[in-house]
Amino acid sequence: MANSATILPPVTERSNILRWMRKNLFGSWYDSLFTILGAWIVYWAVGGFLKWVLNVAEWDVIIVNARLLFIGQYPIEQSGRLWVWLGFLVFLSGNSLAVWARSSRFAFVLLLLPAFLAFLFPFGDEPRKWLMILCLTGLAGWGIGRARPEVLKRSVIAGWVISLPIIVLLTYGLSESESSIVPVVRTNLWGGLLLTFLLTVVGIMFSFPLGVLLALGRRSELPIIRWFSIVYIEVVRGVPLITILFMAQLMLPLFLPTGWTVDRVIRAMVGITLFSAAYLAENVRGGLQAIPKGQFEAAEALGLNGAQTMYFIILPQALRLVIPILVGQFIAVFKDTSLVAIVGLLDLVGIAKTVLAQPEFLGLQREVYVFISLIFWVLSYGMSYLSQRLEERLGVGAQ
Amino acid sequence: MQRELPQRASIPFWRDERILKGLGQIAFVLLVLFVGALIFRNMQAGLARQGITLSYGFFDGVSGFDLAESIFPYDRNSTYREAFLAGLFNTISVAIVGIIFSTLLGVILGVSRLSANFIINRLASFYLELIRNLSLLVFLIFWYLGVFLKLPRVREAVIWPGDIILTNRGVGIPWGIPTASYPTFQLILIVGLILAVIVFLALRAYSKRTGRAPLTLLWSVLAFIVVGVLGWFILPEKPLTLDLPFVKGLNLSGGKILSPEFMALTSGLVLYTAAFIGEVVRAGIQSVSKGQVEAARALGLNGFQTLRLIVFPQALRVIIPPLTSQYLNLVKNSSLAIAVGYPDVFYVSNTIQNQTGRAVEMISLVMATYLSLSLVTSALMNWYNQRIKLVER
Repeated sequence: MANSATILPPVTERSNILRWMRKNLFGSWYDSLFTILGAWIVYWAVGGFLKWVLNVAEWDVIIVNARLLFIGQYPIEQSGRLWVWLGFLVFLSGNSLAVWARSSRFAFVLLLLPAFLAFLFPFGDEPRKWLMILCLTGLAGWGIGRARPEVLKRSVIAGWVISLPIIVLLTYGLSESESSIVPVVRTNLWGGLLLTFLLTVVGIMFSFPLGVLLALGRRSELPIIRWFSIVYIEVVRGVPLITILFMAQLMLPLFLPTGWTVDRVIRAMVGITLFSAAYLAENVRGGLQAIPKGQFEAAEALGLNGAQTMYFIILPQALRLVIPILVGQFIAVFKDTSLVAIVGLLDLVGIAKTVLAQPEFLGLQREVYVFISLIFWVLSYGMSYLSQRLEERLGVGAQ
Repeated sequence: MQRELPQRASIPFWRDERILKGLGQIAFVLLVLFVGALIFRNMQAGLARQGITLSYGFFDGVSGFDLAESIFPYDRNSTYREAFLAGLFNTISVAIVGIIFSTLLGVILGVSRLSANFIINRLASFYLELIRNLSLLVFLIFWYLGVFLKLPRVREAVIWPGDIILTNRGVGIPWGIPTASYPTFQLILIVGLILAVIVFLALRAYSKRTGRAPLTLLWSVLAFIVVGVLGWFILPEKPLTLDLPFVKGLNLSGGKILSPEFMALTSGLVLYTAAFIGEVVRAGIQSVSKGQVEAARALGLNGFQTLRLIVFPQALRVIIPPLTSQYLNLVKNSSLAIAVGYPDVFYVSNTIQNQTGRAVEMISLVMATYLSLSLVTSALMNWYNQRIKLVER
């Protein structure tokens, strides 16, 4: 016992800020050099940017043109329709979050987002009112979902399935006559974030089945189908999206019989769909290749035919594996839709030119494009962050 | 109980899988042919109404438009073919400059992401997250309208150290002008190149014979540089004189003037692609297991040798395929030049098509061009990938 005093306890690594800095910032002389360099870059970039945002930039151009940037020239008196389908989507989101991510507090915060937005930014009274309604709708959806999750599972999925037709019908309108509740709004009036959103959603919705078919075709044992898929995928992946968009704009009208006309927005949607299908096909193929052969053999042993095997056994597993990659691809589609500005559509990027052409806002390119970048960034980052959170929760994508 | 003997007779053809598959494929081919023929007929009818027949004959006509810049000899009296080629050369030059700089920046970013230094590490990850959630088109337009056209006017030009002049009419950088002895110098450089190849082959043969690993590439590059420097000083007249840019009236003169369009396109593409390349490089380096490094150290290799002989060759194997697709993306993305007004092949083709109304011809030609550029790039990278691939028994 007398000896024990001489045995010192092991040195514990106590973490304090100095030790941490020593380890992570000033490990050696060149480390210190890099730290100083990095700190200088941070100071210079953040400082410069903040100074510009707070002092130099004139944000009036955004506030005045907010409507143009968000919905383009969509008639203001009809804009309630857009809020309605947005409300429907928020309701469904609330429902889905309650059904699949029951215990997530994060989901709840997410649903309060519209209210935060309404208070944070200087929207007009009308949008503020609608944002508050959105928030309430989302919470209502969440509440209903929490109350009866089992019953709602099917109806939520059904809701998502019919959401695209609802969005399109409400945006486009039902009847030509002016007196109806939802008169037609021509697509040349669609613009801003609304158009970007519609192009993205339609592009994703239609390219997904096409991509799955192409992926299956590429792995088919029928040589003609396989070669057709390979050639399609490789050609489309070998050319830039902008050439396909130009082809859709200029050549699609030529391909159709005399007298048929296709709307310019629909041409762009066709271009985006055809382009994105090739990339999706490659992603899905990755998932298909990861399915062990035993699955096919087991399905065959159970007496399923080829189509049944694919539909019930292989595809559900393969798609589940590639969900993270698919989300990445969807984000890419969202970012790529901005290219329709080059073929003259007034999406978020295209409308910027209109905004900047106003005589009182000449020379404010930085403000407008920084704002547009911010929208793209927030939505893309939000999508990838959300999908990561949900994947963790649902255990998707894990092998 | 009587049991029926299994029928040996052949299966009826409508249930024979092989025949069904064949028929299905024939039906598919017929469908594709039918749709193709329909499209082709509609197209011909449509073109006939416009009074156009498909042909590339118009390519020999005089273009009559100017290009803002071209490294290929071109003026408004040249033919459409030459205009197209001028655009193609511009695209290739943007692609080469872009690939070189984005690789350099990407490697720096990738290594920074792995750095133990907290600030450097965070800075690189922040940059990556920032860039890859942006739309490239908006990014390019921002660089053009928001940065390079917002530089001060020529009279108030900003001059950076190293005689780099920044104005809204372009960026002037020092450049060399060939003198009378330049052709001789070129010959000397060729000699240097041959010497470098000889050194390279000799060292490789030596390495094969002895099993040692000399710094093959370093020595051959060194040989080339030594010959070049010797040539530079031996010649009575310097082969290149330094030409500094300067402000002359309302314009820049001297040196090399890089237009705002070129600067916006290349800097946007480089900064954007570098973020993705950085991620590729990081994944590649991380893919080499720690045991490899420890084993190398146990064998007595020092830090640099470990990196050069163990980590780098293995990381390269993982890096090359995704790096190829990033290069391909860069080449394809260079078509966004049209948004900043840089006359690349797509921009020029669009102008030609607007002028002649030959949409079908020009779009197919541009698509074929990009497809061949993509194929050439991926063929080169595949060849390189084959060479560095793990040789298995």
